[in-house]
Amino acid sequence: MTWETVIGLETHVELATRTKIFCACTTAFGGEPNTHCCPVCMGMPGTLPVVNRKVVEYACRAGLALNCTITRRNRFDRKNYFYPDLPKAYQISQLYLPIARDGHVEIETEGGKDTIRIHELHMEEDAGKLVHDPWTDQTRCDYNRCGVPLIEIVTEPDFRTAEQVIAYLEQLKSTLEYLGVSDCKMQEGSLRCDVNLSVRPAGSRELGTRTEMKNLNSFKAITRAIQYEARRQIELLEEGKRVVQETRRWDDNKDATFSMRSKEDAQDYRYFPEPDLPPLELSEAYLEELRAKQPEMAGARKERYQREYGLPEYDAGLITGQKALVDFFEAAVDLGAPAREVSNWMLGEMMRRLKEEGLEPRQMKLTADNLASLIQMVEEGVINRNTAAKVFRAVFPDNADVRDYVHKHGLEQVQDMSLVKRTVEEVLAEHPDAVADFRQGSQKILGFLIGQTMARLKGKADPRAVSQEVRQQLEG
Amino acid sequence: MSEMRELLELTALELGAAVKKGDVSAEEATRTALEAMEEREGALNCFITRTGEQALERAKSLQARVKEAKSPLYGVPMAFKDNICTRGVKTSCASRILGDFTPPYQATAAERMEAAGCICLGKLNMDEFAMGSTTETSFYGPTRNPWDTKRVPGGSSGGAAAAVAGRECWYALGSDTGGSIRQPASYCGVTGIKPTYGRVSRYGLVAYASSLDQIGPLARSAADCAAVLDVLMGKDPRDSTSLDVPAGGLLASLTGDVRGLKIGLPTGCFGQGLDSQVHRAVLQAADVLKSRGAQLIEFDFPVMEYVVPAYYIIAAAEASSNLSRFDGVKYGWRAEGYEDLADLYCRTRTQGFGTEVKRRILLGTFVLSSGYYDAYYKKALQAKGVIKRAFDEAFRHCDVLLTPVSPTTAPRLGESLSDPLQMYLSDIDTVSVNLAGLPGLSMPCGVDGAGLPIGCQLIGPPLGEAVLLNAAHAFQLETDWHKRSPYGKEAF
Amino acid sequence: MKITAELVEHVSQLSRLRLPQEEKERMTGELEGILAYMEVLNTLDTREVEPLSHIFPIKNVWREDEVIPSQTRQELLKNAPTGNGETFLVPKAVE
Repeated sequence: MTWETVIGLETHVELATRTKIFCACTTAFGGEPNTHCCPVCMGMPGTLPVVNRKVVEYACRAGLALNCTITRRNRFDRKNYFYPDLPKAYQISQLYLPIARDGHVEIETEGGKDTIRIHELHMEEDAGKLVHDPWTDQTRCDYNRCGVPLIEIVTEPDFRTAEQVIAYLEQLKSTLEYLGVSDCKMQEGSLRCDVNLSVRPAGSRELGTRTEMKNLNSFKAITRAIQYEARRQIELLEEGKRVVQETRRWDDNKDATFSMRSKEDAQDYRYFPEPDLPPLELSEAYLEELRAKQPEMAGARKERYQREYGLPEYDAGLITGQKALVDFFEAAVDLGAPAREVSNWMLGEMMRRLKEEGLEPRQMKLTADNLASLIQMVEEGVINRNTAAKVFRAVFPDNADVRDYVHKHGLEQVQDMSLVKRTVEEVLAEHPDAVADFRQGSQKILGFLIGQTMARLKGKADPRAVSQEVRQQLEG
Repeated sequence: MSEMRELLELTALELGAAVKKGDVSAEEATRTALEAMEEREGALNCFITRTGEQALERAKSLQARVKEAKSPLYGVPMAFKDNICTRGVKTSCASRILGDFTPPYQATAAERMEAAGCICLGKLNMDEFAMGSTTETSFYGPTRNPWDTKRVPGGSSGGAAAAVAGRECWYALGSDTGGSIRQPASYCGVTGIKPTYGRVSRYGLVAYASSLDQIGPLARSAADCAAVLDVLMGKDPRDSTSLDVPAGGLLASLTGDVRGLKIGLPTGCFGQGLDSQVHRAVLQAADVLKSRGAQLIEFDFPVMEYVVPAYYIIAAAEASSNLSRFDGVKYGWRAEGYEDLADLYCRTRTQGFGTEVKRRILLGTFVLSSGYYDAYYKKALQAKGVIKRAFDEAFRHCDVLLTPVSPTTAPRLGESLSDPLQMYLSDIDTVSVNLAGLPGLSMPCGVDGAGLPIGCQLIGPPLGEAVLLNAAHAFQLETDWHKRSPYGKEAF
Repeated sequence: MKITAELVEHVSQLSRLRLPQEEKERMTGELEGILAYMEVLNTLDTREVEPLSHIFPIKNVWREDEVIPSQTRQELLKNAPTGNGETFLVPKAVE
């Protein structure tokens, strides 16, 4: 029998606001434990939440960009459960009236184009961090993350493959980065995924029993977890066993999912409307204002890059795939660097260096103005392309100023044509055999003679000028 | 000694005026109150925490700046119910579970009183987490009624009412979720008002039922209450439910003129179960207002039977969530001998909460739990909508409503706790006011055969504090029930 | 409705309360009485009534996204029943 995998995603995205969702504490990542806290986010008695206006704005903008219907009258609810990472013992979230619903995202994989439907998008607060100390056998509670604003984006079960899931996440990440509502740093947990997965016989319309996998914090982990879990469920069914509806934890080290032992008590979150927060009523005028502020998204920008800058589709797609690359590209172009040149440098040397160093584009120190200078130096003939590539590699790690670097290392191209002429004469004089070969019709030997000349000039001459001079002297 | 008595019998405004004039210093007033506390606390147990030394320090520093005094309450000693957070002063909610919790922040209400020049004598006893009608559920022992120490002072702001009635302070701040200011005010013969929901910031008030809780004053007169509310009311950016409407000017608006005021008497509040002496006294209060030109209108209020169930479902549901944070991890008391995390939670909460609190937590958890939400919680929210409409309708014909505060006068200690349902039912006259978010005032209007105070409730439309206080002021110009002291005339 | 011991047990578990047997029995009876009384709400016709959670129609109460420094960690942690001056401590809570 062939099986079909059915996947739905719940993605938690941290919003890039300065302060927490319900209090004025900083959302800065890291910090000593419990130093980004106040009585409100620590759930002290008598304290009350006050909504951060920016959170509502960001959630709305994300909803609009994901083609959702904004719930004009929405409100917060309490989700009650006891756990030491939740100091109030309830999380303020949205159950009954989430801020956005019924959206969709278009994705493209090798399998073709697909539409993933968004069920809803809601706002909520993050929980704290628990760290177990094996020495004392106690768990330490750090509430710095408590109250950091999140949006949770829930899809319909529209995915069939891990590739589609990754394509969706790439798309989501790009959209949210374009909006500037989140920095989507998976390593810092600002984009986290729960995967709901079930399998069914191909062609069946009914959904199988699903499991939920938590703790997935990289695309690699998501892909492997999906593959593992689908196989596990199929094997169970093929053995005539059944899938238990449960939450499973993905263990990156063991490359497997494990049942999170469900406590005897079934979860019952006892949601009810948050009495401390009046509802939100978003006017058409407000939404119109936000729509007007929406930036050009990846798709539109890709088309524009092809049209306006004449970039090949593939190149335009690579650059617009990441907001950090777009920002770099546009900054360099704005400084007057030719778009094609910028694109070539970025997709060539830059991507190679990033890959070698295992860096994300946004972690790179190199700035757009420095690359623009480098390109300009080539155009002006101050250095040649080969030198430029060497300079690029040299300044990449610390963004050293390219002009200073070239100057300090004396890498300027030899501008003195008489020196070139003299050097060619010397080389020809030292290689009479080669000259004879050329005269007998061997064009190949030309390269050798040019190479000898360039070497003698320490690579700093304009190769075209050298080639021309060699020809002239041989033929002259 | 009699000078001390006289000073203690002043209203807060009279004392404030005397301090301002220089007839008495803030320090003398404070010392007098501390002496009264020393003498009476053994019998009454109004306070959980006393802050005498800080109060004297504070009085001295206020006295030094008495010329700058703006508020008519400047230099007047008072106290806070122990569910109002006070920076650096233990705030216990009369519960074991909060232990010696000392908030690192100040409730907005306390902040505002402080800015007006109050002198805080300490923190007042209450029913644990404001759940109760007698102040007997306190972990720190019951408070007793100054009029008869075998009787309860009412609750949950029983410490506040008894301290004001027992002349241990001139006014107090309490909180009212279902009658917790008005009912003890009635049992103790003082004046108390629960403002419109959102009038006074709840920031720093330890929540019982967030959608119903309000802070308000208990004092010796309607004018005193007006002066306190002038300080307390107003939008607070830290409380999203606080109302952004003009506040202040209540004291200045008290004219005592009630001519043409339409006072509604809901017949349902004067029926079955109402003590006949209470009935008579409350109707007489209506007649007093009528004699000053008000017009009495009897009308049918058809929702009385729904108010107690709707109230207890909503209050318990919110309480079950609000009280979940008390788990022995971040603050307060932690049980010993636990084996693991779940055991820590269970032991701390089971031993840390009293019976009444646990009863309401269980009730609240049940009405919110899967499968019962619609039948109970949602239904109660719908009933709340119906109750609100009934009030809207009443206020189309009336300016204020007049009812009893409680069907009886203060019961004896130990009488009420045995039957929780009966205790809940005794809140029938007060809880609807909280459900509809309305202002409600309780003023003394007589005594029963045993000499126990009887209270009369005035209910106003939203933001109708001025109308209520003015009607009460008119009544107090005409009568002297509010001036009666449990220490009798022999004091003078 | 009938309130069973199992239901009280379930609700206690959700509330993280563990009542002694005697108290549990008493509570079961009391809750049954209270809930039976609440049945009166079923006589109220609420078909046309929206559940009312906020009594007044206020909306969009929010603050600007500006950081305000808070109390020191020392002050925030001073009420902790156990702690190490940096974090709160609980028995093992992580898998």
